[in-house]
Amino acid sequence: MANFNLSINGTNHQVDVDPDTPILWVLRDEVDLVGTKYGCGISQCGACTIHLDGQAARSCSVPVSSIGSQKITTIEGFSETKAAKPLLDAWRKHDVPQCGYCQAGQIMNAATLLKNNANPSDEDIDAKMNGNLCRCGTYIRVKAAIKTAATNS
Amino acid sequence: MTLIRTQYNRRSFLKTSAAAGGGMVLGFSWFAGCQPVSDKITSIPKEWFDINAFLRVADNGLVTIMSPNPEIGQNIKTSMPMIVAEELDVAWKNVIVEQAPLNSDVFTRQVAGGSQSIRQGWQSLRMAGATARRMLVNAAAQQWEVDPSECSVSKGVISNAKGETISFGEIASAAAQLEIPAEVPLKDVKDFKIIGHDTKNVDLENIISGKPLFGLDLKKEGMQYAVVLRPPSFGQKLKSFDDAAARSVNGVNDVIQFGDKVAVLASSTWAAMKGQKALTAEWEQDGRSEDTTYHNEEMLRLLDTPAEEPMREDGNVKKAIAEADQIIERTYQAPFLPHNCLEPMNFYANVTDEKVELIGPIQTPEWTRQRVADLLEREQSEVTIDMTRMGGGFGRRLYGDFALEAAEISSLSKSPVHVVFSREDDMTAGTYRPASKYKFRAAIKDGKMTGYHLTGTGVNMRNSTREKNFPAAAIENYLVESHNLESNITTGAWRAPITNFLAYAEQAFFDEVAQTIDVDAVQFRLDLFAQAKNNPVGELDYDVDKFVGVIKLAAEKAGWGNAKEGSHLGFSAYYSHNTYVAEVAEAVLENGLPKIKKVTCAIDCGIVVNPIAATNQVEGGIIDGIGHAMYGDFVFENGRAKQHNFDKYRMIRIGEVPVIDIHFVKSENDPTGLGEPTLPPAGGAIANAIHAATGERLYSQPFTKATEILG
Ligand code: FES
Ligand code: FES
Repeated sequence: MANFNLSINGTNHQVDVDPDTPILWVLRDEVDLVGTKYGCGISQCGACTIHLDGQAARSCSVPVSSIGSQKITTIEGFSETKAAKPLLDAWRKHDVPQCGYCQAGQIMNAATLLKNNANPSDEDIDAKMNGNLCRCGTYIRVKAAIKTAATNS
Repeated sequence: MTLIRTQYNRRSFLKTSAAAGGGMVLGFSWFAGCQPVSDKITSIPKEWFDINAFLRVADNGLVTIMSPNPEIGQNIKTSMPMIVAEELDVAWKNVIVEQAPLNSDVFTRQVAGGSQSIRQGWQSLRMAGATARRMLVNAAAQQWEVDPSECSVSKGVISNAKGETISFGEIASAAAQLEIPAEVPLKDVKDFKIIGHDTKNVDLENIISGKPLFGLDLKKEGMQYAVVLRPPSFGQKLKSFDDAAARSVNGVNDVIQFGDKVAVLASSTWAAMKGQKALTAEWEQDGRSEDTTYHNEEMLRLLDTPAEEPMREDGNVKKAIAEADQIIERTYQAPFLPHNCLEPMNFYANVTDEKVELIGPIQTPEWTRQRVADLLEREQSEVTIDMTRMGGGFGRRLYGDFALEAAEISSLSKSPVHVVFSREDDMTAGTYRPASKYKFRAAIKDGKMTGYHLTGTGVNMRNSTREKNFPAAAIENYLVESHNLESNITTGAWRAPITNFLAYAEQAFFDEVAQTIDVDAVQFRLDLFAQAKNNPVGELDYDVDKFVGVIKLAAEKAGWGNAKEGSHLGFSAYYSHNTYVAEVAEAVLENGLPKIKKVTCAIDCGIVVNPIAATNQVEGGIIDGIGHAMYGDFVFENGRAKQHNFDKYRMIRIGEVPVIDIHFVKSENDPTGLGEPTLPPAGGAIANAIHAATGERLYSQPFTKATEILG
């Protein structure tokens, strides 16, 4: 076990965990932030997407020991920011979720897509969002919501 | 207006005025994030009054409506309460929805399965709302000393002829004391104000802000995580195991054997997963060790064996075949499929001497309670089950094996535990869609299909067919037979059981028969329906007019018969879960390879309760149907699954989804199923469109294996 100081959603947290623990499980089990989801554990589904210094990362595959001073943002933190509003409003408008389990990951990944590309084409969306599985098949609405958000921000 | 008898037993209406009072916790999103909306009640209620099992009214007019059935993403947590609210006449914005726990005394059929929640709940939900409305009106009328018939209700406010008004909140306490009316009126469909209008998912705010909602998010005082090592192959049992390394993992508290499984208990999920990986176990053979090749050979053998008893037989198929000018025979095959709910299986259990508490994602709480009680030799009355929102169901969570494991581990460890499956556990310890094969034979005489013979077989499929479905009743000589291939691989219901593959096979076969006799694919079906309508052969178990209705609507909307240059259409139609669906897929050739661009879909599911959610289900069903037809492949070798995670098991992704154009038939009939019925026709529509584009037929799923056609 080892101590780590983490900046999560603007707050400092100290955790005592094994260094190889994926940050996903630190967030969920130690810090009680369960909005970040487990889907595969091997970077294949995107359900665990968080932001590290503002860029999307698959938290299931990032050990806590490699975080260092990078700032962690989870869906809980991101959804409260001003920057999130156009995206979340678009999600509301299109009533995107079915079961909802993949949605935090979709939103977190879409946020960095829009940050890096204010006006993404269909192909840009397909390429960037390819890593986010939705077992329920909400893809059409995910795409529509990203486009709405791009128009409204 | 219809009058219906309320038919409630007394227990379902136990009145406990103000009972739910102070303990009531508002949904996360109630006050947060809601912009000021006119008439939206934002004060905090002091008292709640139970009007009936489905709803309670607060002194300030807020109404809590219980959603009785499990929510797996089919959106019934929104649409079921909408039906109650409609008859109650409350403003939807003042409704709070709560997931009801399992309570078979007051709710019937708390199951998510067979696309039946809305269909079978329709009457009781309406009745619950209408009865409560009536009691509130009666209470107001008493207070005003007028006849209830002089009162009207709008958005939670009761008015009388003099223009006086009283809100539900003001009269709730008096209403809760009243007798339940023996008869209540239901609204006319044309008076619906909530049903038929887009209503956002009640959990939307919580989902998009990452609040704890799902089974896996659940935490309880003193809870340990349990990750279980199960036999790696079907047909194996545990011989011995060594847990020294597992016990030395930081955070692992205990290792417990139960049956042929070993549970690692730990204070974090990660520690429990690491502990499970650190276990070493020896397994021994305890039954047949089966391969996909073995299943395939056995099923082909069965397809050529006459069944002892046909599932259905009309006329004389043998004779029709003997007299035919031409016989078309085709065989179609499907692999096993895991469900792959994105939230892996998990469950919480706390078994103590006093009670058995279970919480988690489950489609069949009632059956699970019974099985847990049997397993632990406890009374069912000692077992409680609360349902969380589920990260998908698709049939996998009908089988409460994970809840039974949690109960057993909690009982043995004498502690609250949360059993968690890793993705690998979830994919390898499944209850799979059975691998299956279908052989069709059509007798053609004078340019007509005069005989139809279907033989189906599947792994642990007692009846692999839907013998009463179309084209039954539409063909003079009709024979359907089924064989079961017994296996120790667990199989079960998977979204649209049986028809998720059978429909594709049948619809692809129809396309080929129509082509052979040189009749347009839509006309071919319409001719058969004409026979079923005018002169049905044997029992007719579907509504010809509704079926023809969706076929014509889909054909019209897709421009069937007028496809533009370079666009190739494929047709498919199927009836399941009481709902009629027709789909037209459009393929184009890109660099010589077929690509599905669009699917047009027509559906008759009666009244559409919540259009924005209904279209979501339709999109999901079609995408699921396309995804698994194209990519889903799951193979066994020596009883062991070859695919363990999403790196080897391919699922449809965002760039592979076509445009979907949806048309509901306008209807005033009671609603029917919607979670499943748009899936079955999808595979046939795309296979037929690919044929139209390339001239090639697909006989085996997943289609992507046919690289010579699809690249
Ligand atoms: S859980 Fe991290 S990508 Fe699937
Ligand atoms: S909404 Fe269910 S997995 Fe995406």
